[in-house]
Amino acid sequence: MTLFSKPNLLHTGVLLGLIVLYFVLPPYHSGNLSRIMVLAIYAMGYNVLFGYTGLLSLGHAMFFAAGMYGFGLAVNLGGITLPIAFILGILSAGILATVVGSLALRTTGVAFMIVTLMFAQTAYLVVLYFGEYTRGDEGFVVQQAQRTFAGVDLTTDTARYITALILFAICFLALARLVKTPFGKTLVAIRENEERARMLGYDTKVHKLKAIIISGMVAGVAGASYAMLFGYVGATFATVQYSILPLLWVLLGGAGTTVGPLIGVFFMFYLIDFSSSITTAYLLVVGIVLVLLTMFAPKGICGELRRRVFPWLP
Amino acid sequence: MKNIKTNVTRRNALKGLGAGVGTLAATGLLPGAMGFAQAQSSAPIKIGFQKHATGVGSAYGRWYDATTQAAVKRINDGGGINGRPVEVIIEDDGTDPKRGAEVLEKFENQHNVDVAFGTLFSHVVIGSAPRAAELKLPYFVVSEGHHVASGMLNRYTLQPGITDVKSQVQSMAPFVASNLGKKVAMIYPDFAFGHDHRDYFSAAIAAQGGEVVAKIAVPPSETSFTKYFPQIPRDTEVVYHVMVGPAVLTFVKELGEFFGSNRPEIFGFIDSIEAVDIKSPGLEFLEGTYFWEGNPRHAQANNSSFDTNFRAAVGVDNRGASLADSKDVSTYAHMFGCWETLNVIKAGMEASGYQGSADRQKLIEAVEAMTNMPHSDDHPQGAKRFNGKTHQVFGSQYISKVRDMSLVVEHTASIEDGFYEDEVDYTTQSF
Amino acid sequence: MLACLEGAVIAAVLALTAMGLSIVFGVMRVVNVAHGEFFMLGAVMAWFVTYAIGGHPALGFVAALLIAPLLVSFIAAAADTFILKHIKYDPDRTIVATIGLLYFFQQGTLMTFGPDARPVEAPFNHRLALPWIENGETGLQMFWPWGLSITSYKLFVIAAAVVVLMGLWALITRTKIGLIMRATQQDSEMAQAFGIPVGRVYSLVFGLGAALAALGAVLVVPIQQAHYLMGGEPLLLAFIVVIIGGLGSLPGTVVAAVLIGMSDGIISVFFSPMIAKIIATLFVTMVLIWRPQGLFGKVIR
Repeated sequence: MTLFSKPNLLHTGVLLGLIVLYFVLPPYHSGNLSRIMVLAIYAMGYNVLFGYTGLLSLGHAMFFAAGMYGFGLAVNLGGITLPIAFILGILSAGILATVVGSLALRTTGVAFMIVTLMFAQTAYLVVLYFGEYTRGDEGFVVQQAQRTFAGVDLTTDTARYITALILFAICFLALARLVKTPFGKTLVAIRENEERARMLGYDTKVHKLKAIIISGMVAGVAGASYAMLFGYVGATFATVQYSILPLLWVLLGGAGTTVGPLIGVFFMFYLIDFSSSITTAYLLVVGIVLVLLTMFAPKGICGELRRRVFPWLP
Repeated sequence: MKNIKTNVTRRNALKGLGAGVGTLAATGLLPGAMGFAQAQSSAPIKIGFQKHATGVGSAYGRWYDATTQAAVKRINDGGGINGRPVEVIIEDDGTDPKRGAEVLEKFENQHNVDVAFGTLFSHVVIGSAPRAAELKLPYFVVSEGHHVASGMLNRYTLQPGITDVKSQVQSMAPFVASNLGKKVAMIYPDFAFGHDHRDYFSAAIAAQGGEVVAKIAVPPSETSFTKYFPQIPRDTEVVYHVMVGPAVLTFVKELGEFFGSNRPEIFGFIDSIEAVDIKSPGLEFLEGTYFWEGNPRHAQANNSSFDTNFRAAVGVDNRGASLADSKDVSTYAHMFGCWETLNVIKAGMEASGYQGSADRQKLIEAVEAMTNMPHSDDHPQGAKRFNGKTHQVFGSQYISKVRDMSLVVEHTASIEDGFYEDEVDYTTQSF
Repeated sequence: MLACLEGAVIAAVLALTAMGLSIVFGVMRVVNVAHGEFFMLGAVMAWFVTYAIGGHPALGFVAALLIAPLLVSFIAAAADTFILKHIKYDPDRTIVATIGLLYFFQQGTLMTFGPDARPVEAPFNHRLALPWIENGETGLQMFWPWGLSITSYKLFVIAAAVVVLMGLWALITRTKIGLIMRATQQDSEMAQAFGIPVGRVYSLVFGLGAALAALGAVLVVPIQQAHYLMGGEPLLLAFIVVIIGGLGSLPGTVVAAVLIGMSDGIISVFFSPMIAKIIATLFVTMVLIWRPQGLFGKVIR
């Protein structure tokens, strides 16, 4: 792929745009953008499994929570330094993804959905059960004092934005690269027609397992980042709601596109924010928009763009 | 549905939004841009109300809103704070900690509020408090949670209007042990709030020479409770229950159906029937049982004028139900917290000569310096004592017995009954 | 024993709700995330009906039993006609659309019905103390232990559910409509080739599924209360029941409902409820992993 190909330019453009926005936007919106970027990491992780491999999981909240708790507990209970705790968070999510993946991938379709949902429920209940350490659904705080890295206080708006941006950029570029590799293309082949991929000699089981591990680990990055940048760890993030959200984000933004997840998170966030300033019934607006969107723009924003206007959209 | 006058909310929120965006673009990146609030002294004082308008807390959110509006109206009728009117800006946090933190950011960066207030559910408080500290936004919660005084939070978060679970539970133990029985079976929700009850009460009753013979934890979102009751041992003298959430009525009903007429003493926290009419069908068995009440729902024979005035202002009758619909029972044991907290904010702003967000630290220091709060129209629930070091207030607790399906106060625990050792000193922390 | 009886009540309501989902899922092959909201709407409408009618609770209850499921089925049929047909029942889009409907119904209910949980009075409710047999000094004795009881209304719920399920079974196996539904479930293209109006069958099925959930809710609402968030747990449980019972298998659904309704209660007696829930959830998961067609279903292509 040439250096100045349109996809590369697009990706660079997005990242540059995010950098510029920091200086242009008022603090309320730049604060939102930090949050959006972290959640976009979560969405991108989900996209690997759903958008590219075609597996619909309803349990990704457990990976997000694994990253979050792995990090939070390491810092609070273990007194471990930030970067190592961060890695521990990612590893927790990875291990969980390996275990769950190897079991869940024995099922397909709706059964897979339910099994992932059940595993996530179990994870949630386990978090509550060990409430002595996890403080259950109330959650606990990662104190401001602990959230410094290499002398930089991560709780200032600037540091938070930059950190979120760096983490987002790494995941964004890495995943964009991943889908271009033979591995990535095989995932797409599995999504389109798994039988055929298998008959062509690809080990679909291993591919799917790797996909779920990658997907889970990226979700874990998002969880650990969220705890690190926003200071709160709680079981709410392991509930079903937080498994449905990435599905919505990816579907709205465009499944199977690189920029789609970011757009999806952005869109939902501001839809909720905007409609909550007009009416207290903002969820109603969200519901209606979702129905309309799926009726008239089913491939999501980027998906529709790719279908109608920009066929080169990665 | 009854509509409380909310003319200080939507319209002004939109105006605030428009003004905020415009001003922010001009003033750049400073958080809590001072803008015009400092320049003109008649500009309103803005209080951001973090309301549980949707989600599991919505029943409380509704009454918190009503009480807030009434309290603000009274303050404004009395001339406002430092001569400036008070404006309440409401945002829904969906009873969700993630959204709660986002809402605080909205208050600070978009609406330019002076302080934020009003959260009830603990997980939302804990999820939002770190942001409040980062934004340097004073955050007055009305939550009953022990998290403020436990030291988990920060110097910007205070709870001056409602007592916390630890002191409530502790003050109950002497009465239970000497009047009801020493062998207690506890039923509580299996999350942090319930665990607090379990832990604090076990310690407190042991100190009175009693013991907890069973600890029955009910998972959250449970809708059917009968299967837990067989775990209550036969020699139980007192059943202690505190349940929250939409299924509380089912819980109480099934408790009644389980025991029939042959029952031990029952001591519950009014949380089990907040917003529920005690005369509801199926609750007849509550006759003769006892309840902790944060604020006696039914007006007592020797009611203070402060309570009468409070009821009139908020719009509830002598049984704690809405004047417009006597079946619409309020969350009377909790909502007074909003009224009293707003009055504390007012007192703090007046004591510190608050003009604008540059004075926030002075405001917090002024509140930290408060101690005795006498029983008054400002504090209709009862006299209080504020602990500036732990940011938590202490007050009287009421134990009522159900007689002829009315709650009659039998015992009032003193403020001192609820004292416990300080676990933190926020005043030593920097801002 | 108490756990069994309580579990039976749960199983009864669950069976109805899950049947609704099973029919929809089986015939239309779509995942309706808003199924729990139809349940909730049934309960809320029951409240409105009894409130409007007043008088003796039995009167309002009977009316609610007839009106609520009917109204909910109309709503469901409308949703099917206007939304689901348009997206051609594409699986992913249906999920998003039904999630949107979920928010819509929840918020709409919040705005009209309000945030409180409101009780509905049962048409009759008597406490029945249950005897227990123990080996006493004079041989086997009956005595009435403290707390062992059930209410007459709960027994009624179990009976009513059984009656409805039997009626449903008769409908599906004995009537022409049932035949059409089964044909469409087996092979919708073939059914269409035979002249069956598949589109209308779908609307009927969707409406019927919603009506069953609403019926279950009307039965359970005097025991619990009507609350705008009450649809979440029934949705989850119904899905588990349908998958475990096996797609397209009506007896399977009933058996699974009984299993799951009872297991939670019985396990809770022996373990702490939290562990019980964890065990139950893991059990369901393992069943699905090693026997994805459920207990009675055929292997899905």
